Amino acid sequence: MIKTAARLAAIRQEKQAALAKEKQRVLICAGTGCVANGSLKVYEELCKAVAEKGLSISVELESEENHSACSSEKNTAPGIAIKKSGCHGFCEKGPLVRIEPEGTLYVGVRPEDVADIATALAKKEVVERLLYRHPNTQETFALEEEIPFYRQQMRVALGNCGVIDPENIWEYIVKDGYAALAKALTEMSPEEVCNSVIESGLRGRGGGGFPTGRKWLLTRQAAGKQKYVICNGDEGDPGAFMDRSAMEGDPHRVIEGMIIAGYAIGADQGYVYMRAEYPLAVHRMQKALDDARGQGLLGEDILGSGFDFDITIMEGAGAFVCGEESALMASIEGKRGMPRPKPPFPAESGLWGCPTLINNVETFANIPPILIKGPAWFRGIGSSSSPGTKTFAITGEVANTGLIEVPMGKTLREIVFDIGGGIRNNGKFKAVQIGGPSGGCLTAEHLDLPLDFDSLRQVGAMIGSGGLVVMDEKTCIVEVARFFMNFTQNESCGKCVLCREGTRRMLGILQRIVDGEGALEDLDALQEIGEAVQEGSLCGLGKTAPNPVLTTMKYFREEYLAHVVEHRCPAGVCQGLKQYVIDPDKCKGCSKCARVCPVGAISGKVKEPFVIDPEKCIKCGACMEACRFGAVEEVA
Amino acid sequence: MAGTMIVDGKPVELNGEKNILEVARKAGVELPTFCYHSELSVYGACRMCLVELGNGQIVAGCSTPPRPGLEVKTTTPRVQKIRKMALELMLANHDRDCTTCEKNGNCKLQDLAHRFGIRQVRFGQRDIKVDIDDSSPALVRDPNKCILCGDCVRVCQEIQGIGVLDFAHRGSEMTVTPAFGKEMAEVDCVNCGQCAAVCPTGALVVKSQVEEVWQALHDPQKTVIVQIAPAVRVAVGETFGLEPGENTLGKLTAALRQMGFDKIFDTSFAADLTVMEEGTEFLTRLKNGENLPQFTSCCPAWVKYTEQYCPEMLDHLSTCRSPQQMFGSLAKKYYAKELNIKPGDMVVVSIMPCTAKKFEAQRPEFVTEGAQDVDFVLTTQEVVQMIRESGLDYPNLESDSLDMPFGFTSGGGIIFGVTGGVSEAVLRAAHYLLLGEELDQVNFTEVRGTEGLREAEIDVGGTKVRLAIVYGLAQAKHLLEELKAGRADYHLVEVMACPSGCVGGAGQPVGTNAEIRSARAQGIYTADKAQQLRKSYQNPLIEAVYEKWLGEPNGEAAHTALHTTYSERRRIQGDSISLGEDGEAKQVEVAVCVGTCCYLKGSYDVLQDLGRRLRGAHLEEDVDLKATFCFENCGSGINVKVGDTLYSGISPAKTGFIFDKITEALQSK
Repeated sequence: MIKTAARLAAIRQEKQAALAKEKQRVLICAGTGCVANGSLKVYEELCKAVAEKGLSISVELESEENHSACSSEKNTAPGIAIKKSGCHGFCEKGPLVRIEPEGTLYVGVRPEDVADIATALAKKEVVERLLYRHPNTQETFALEEEIPFYRQQMRVALGNCGVIDPENIWEYIVKDGYAALAKALTEMSPEEVCNSVIESGLRGRGGGGFPTGRKWLLTRQAAGKQKYVICNGDEGDPGAFMDRSAMEGDPHRVIEGMIIAGYAIGADQGYVYMRAEYPLAVHRMQKALDDARGQGLLGEDILGSGFDFDITIMEGAGAFVCGEESALMASIEGKRGMPRPKPPFPAESGLWGCPTLINNVETFANIPPILIKGPAWFRGIGSSSSPGTKTFAITGEVANTGLIEVPMGKTLREIVFDIGGGIRNNGKFKAVQIGGPSGGCLTAEHLDLPLDFDSLRQVGAMIGSGGLVVMDEKTCIVEVARFFMNFTQNESCGKCVLCREGTRRMLGILQRIVDGEGALEDLDALQEIGEAVQEGSLCGLGKTAPNPVLTTMKYFREEYLAHVVEHRCPAGVCQGLKQYVIDPDKCKGCSKCARVCPVGAISGKVKEPFVIDPEKCIKCGACMEACRFGAVEEVA
Repeated sequence: MAGTMIVDGKPVELNGEKNILEVARKAGVELPTFCYHSELSVYGACRMCLVELGNGQIVAGCSTPPRPGLEVKTTTPRVQKIRKMALELMLANHDRDCTTCEKNGNCKLQDLAHRFGIRQVRFGQRDIKVDIDDSSPALVRDPNKCILCGDCVRVCQEIQGIGVLDFAHRGSEMTVTPAFGKEMAEVDCVNCGQCAAVCPTGALVVKSQVEEVWQALHDPQKTVIVQIAPAVRVAVGETFGLEPGENTLGKLTAALRQMGFDKIFDTSFAADLTVMEEGTEFLTRLKNGENLPQFTSCCPAWVKYTEQYCPEMLDHLSTCRSPQQMFGSLAKKYYAKELNIKPGDMVVVSIMPCTAKKFEAQRPEFVTEGAQDVDFVLTTQEVVQMIRESGLDYPNLESDSLDMPFGFTSGGGIIFGVTGGVSEAVLRAAHYLLLGEELDQVNFTEVRGTEGLREAEIDVGGTKVRLAIVYGLAQAKHLLEELKAGRADYHLVEVMACPSGCVGGAGQPVGTNAEIRSARAQGIYTADKAQQLRKSYQNPLIEAVYEKWLGEPNGEAAHTALHTTYSERRRIQGDSISLGEDGEAKQVEVAVCVGTCCYLKGSYDVLQDLGRRLRGAHLEEDVDLKATFCFENCGSGINVKVGDTLYSGISPAKTGFIFDKITEALQSK
């Protein structure tokens, strides 16, 4: 048990000294993406291979007392430690292996590559073929920091992700872990903590962008003896995994942020609301909570300050709407996850009617560095109205997908082209869907828009939790709108009329349009319903549900018109709008297509060109597959 | 909060209004709403009461608290557009067969669609047709007409403390349904009908017996007699444009006579009888100190509630049948004989403010020579329909008088129609029943009022009698908890399920609110005051009934005719799900509860494990393994029944124990 702040500082130094025995450190990404790609096998194999060569070291950090006599392998000279870490971010290229202190990054590592890595480690060489190679220039990069994907990033919230073993509390403590908590408890009053957060200018990373410090102060000032802190980890946007990575890669950071929040607002109990679909994150958070409790950093009389605070994990049951704070609290209370009208706001009346502070995972992860490095440092990052960094999950048709963290105010161009490496297969950029199903669509005209809370709101989009889906010209924008509308329709809790019935009717119309049965007046109806749902819905989910449709209608009206007027899908995606025709020049009149057509839509005389009746055709494509002469063509 | 708010440019003084909707009402603007009810929690789902604030923000009137200086516009182009869109969207998913709907003319959706001039619904027709649930004797639920406003869910949860209905599924799949998708008759619904009373559409309506009653009236073989409950007389007139609370018993009698009822009687007479029986029973219990507090038993919803949720206190319930059933019993057992007809040829119809009375009338214990004591129960709403169908000009009907021998009542019998009335009627009689002396006091205003729980202490012949008067079963539930915990102590507890008692019954005309209830209650007290005799024992017909038929109160004959028994009742009915194949010679039945509590504790794993073990031991042909819902022992789950023995506290790790019990049971066969 660590009973005082001084003891924590002393232990940190001792552990740091112990870790100096590690000459080299190999970090194998054990985030969900890399694990799915087989990184755990790589880890096992590498441990074996390095041990066989007698190079490995294992510094025992677990026990508090025998730090000086840390056990190590006999042959300590090379001293290579092999660790599983959290997400490195470059998920596209996983499994990732990083070697410190050099900063070498190996990408796409397979178990069969391990032998080469081990040999290279022994010889202090680099395995050239495993280095990142730029898809366009073919240039290779030995160091992670030099790779364009990483070069413009700045890691604050994810500072420890990929750098430490998330399941080892000592590794966190060595990296100044719980130092912010110690500082808050011993040197600062709760008001001072609130004020520091206010001064930092930190705004809620869950999407709303409400000033975090003000929320803390409001909750602190709210009347009521019992107060709660909730960490919203119910990340559910399609394609977003920032919160998951933070909790998997550096769980103690989130926990420390929550304890500090508890101290600041006067709460003694916190809840982490997480998706049950994030088993690894749940496991790591639970282990971190147990370890923190075991070391006296959580529970009663933390660091001898007299402050009590404990945290419980609540697993959600898979409802997207539970990311909405009032629905989330209802869910914790054991009720159906449905939003309720606000006011009263959680700061006033939240969980079980008590004042409650609810912040996003990333928001909490930003707290410890703010307290340690000071609000001014934080303010110095990002843009003036949105200081700090923001994590984004960048996916879609971009060359480098993955998890990134950049200072607020980076332009879309920098993110998509510099970090993201541009469009995959040298395609053409068409649009970006930002903020998931609640966000909006940005186009080429927005490429130089700085991404922060306010600039995005001005163009009808929102930063949301930070999902970024990049689309190329082969993407049908109407289909994208339909996809997101289908998502929100399924995930609407069904409570308020406009969201429940409005999204359903919008989806119906969009479905008709992509099926090729749309009409011009459908666009008016979409606009009209969309505006009513946006203005009149009860909660954030409903209010933002029409965003993808309304923004795409605004920026890609031509494409909508092509669908409903010309019944044509310019991107050639919508099955219902495709047509199959037979090129009379290529057709030999063999009749094979007519024989495979399940609906008898093809007719003709043998040895003469056949024709397809578009009225009868169901667009199954059987004729195209059957034709040996390539005479059947698909036209948009 | 004091201060001034601006509604549509006009200043409005604030005086503790809870929300903008109430302030607007004060300013003379009735904001449209489906889901706001002042007596229920704020839900904010229908989005009809949206208003625009001075800063252009659009907020819901129901959920936004007023504050001084706030500027509100109630009819701007933006809010009008949203309201119309919300209506159009609701209508698109609503079964729009208005002409044949029970609620035609009384439907809020119809009314608002009319008010907002919705002339077309662009988004099509409802594409699915869900089965109508008419399993309940009291209510019909038609999900095709549900607009998911949640009023029924909240009234059942918040006012009645039960929660029969709740939401299931998400998005456009969302429905309101009883637990496990079961029918209303299979779950713990107490038939109070408050869900139907608040339902803005025809999704929950009272189950009608109008047709059956017409048939009986038109059947020359049948003698049709009718009893009129106290609360009905002060409510029928409302639907014909008369003031709520106006007593139109004479007109109702005339109307019923014209429809062809052979005899028209008053349930208040039976209420007088109840006072004699229940009062005597109470004084005996008080003297002997047994089964106190005594709970009243007039309200069938409360009786069913106690049977379901509080079986350990069933002996506290008065054994008296309700006035409706006392009447039915007297009619079929004695009056039929007097008329020289068989009970089966007499049709007893009740006109009640209540839907639960329909359930009560069908209880198997209330039967005479194979015939139900009460054949049909019509609610006030249904009798209004019959009057309309008959083409009668109700307000101008000439009053008629009731028939004998059950057509005279004391004031005590009338006040049964309002909360506190049963208690007051008993108090009026208690002194006499105890000491044989007249008491000057008639009014016991201590027990009157509109609060959900009232307490009083009254001196009865030297004993301080502590009473509690409750309405709303949620309030009753709380009181039961207090009693069980020893934090409350009473001698007599009166419980009525409906707000303000029977005047607020769900069978009363649509659109009942607190104001109307209070007018009806006033009407009841006015009728009481107008009565020559105010105390039940003074009713000469009561004396005659005891002399002629029943002997003395609580005597043997009275007990047979006027009292009943209660038994524990399962909350969830219906078949269990058999997992094996049918038609085999099963020797032992094993039922594993998969109700919510047991399921959460892992009963599904127990079920699976047992299945595996049985197959492993080749016993699957001898054992009928079933998944079942609820053994009513939720606290000690997981519950597993082997043969007739219930084993509790089973965990998935203890499946072996159950398996051993199964093999034991098989060996003993």
